[in-house]
Amino acid sequence: MSHIIDQLEASLLRTDLPRITPGDTVKVHVKVKEGEKERIQIFQGIIIGIKGGGMRTSFTVRKVSEGVGVERIFPLNSPSVDKIEVIRHGKVRRAKLYFLREKLGKAGRLKERRVYEAAK
Amino acid sequence: MSKGIIGKKLGMTQIFNEQGQVVPVTVIQAGPCVVIQRKTSAKEGYDAIQIGFVDPVGGKRASKPEKGHTEKHGVAPLRVMREFRVDAGDERKAGDSVTAAEFDAKAKVNVIGVSKGKGFAGVMKRHHFKGGRATHGSMFHRAPGSIGGSSNPSRVFPGMRMGGHMGNEQVTVRNLEIAKVDLENNLLLIKGAVPGPKGGYVVIKQEA
Repeated sequence: MSHIIDQLEASLLRTDLPRITPGDTVKVHVKVKEGEKERIQIFQGIIIGIKGGGMRTSFTVRKVSEGVGVERIFPLNSPSVDKIEVIRHGKVRRAKLYFLREKLGKAGRLKERRVYEAAK
Repeated sequence: MSKGIIGKKLGMTQIFNEQGQVVPVTVIQAGPCVVIQRKTSAKEGYDAIQIGFVDPVGGKRASKPEKGHTEKHGVAPLRVMREFRVDAGDERKAGDSVTAAEFDAKAKVNVIGVSKGKGFAGVMKRHHFKGGRATHGSMFHRAPGSIGGSSNPSRVFPGMRMGGHMGNEQVTVRNLEIAKVDLENNLLLIKGAVPGPKGGYVVIKQEA
């Protein structure tokens, strides 16, 4: 019965976005409507968590802007997300990186996890 | 006049609207329904159509009179049947199908269903009473409290809110918006929640 909903959700899911994992440094291109005009705004930061599943998936991106931590939550399948660029993979051992909120400056860095093309 | 269809609640999910906002929706399998009988003012005294929800496994338990009724109009027995008033000039006849195509996106509809049964519920759940404190020596937790005076009036007023059976009753939710119509799968996506469990039958009506 609910397989109809699964099919419906599958048809609505976005397949054009790259695979993202917690710890990744990403550039999220967001469509911003200003009156009539629409422009693209870029939000760059580290993904500190991915929540939900299927249509409900959302991810939190954290950046430190002028010494102030800023977090933005994006619905993954939203049409307002134009594209996501993965800049760097961080080496992490947990799914939610909330500990980064307490780390300031250099302590808040993550080691890079190299992904080789052949392995991809 | 009003449009109506019988649907089966499949569950809830969420979709995005044109503004990129998340909209919670209930997915309803809108039939397909079949017209069993066209009632006319000439014969029955009023204009209506009787429709049934077409379900491959439905209608097995149809009684003999029900079977006779559907057979008379050349339709297979059905489990769920409902009647909707129509205009006198309505052209639909027995055997015609009614689908989600009846409805347009953005239209406001009323959804009638049978709510989930909660059994015998106390006043806190049933009437949203506050209840008492759980700790710090409190001996008053979920009780209803006073239900009226003692010697005067010496009785409990009718309509006093008390514990009792809750749910499993007909509930109408009005002015729900149709977020999307999926003609391919014959689904209606209605914004917000509708009464009843998954797999429950609901009636969707659009006034005027």
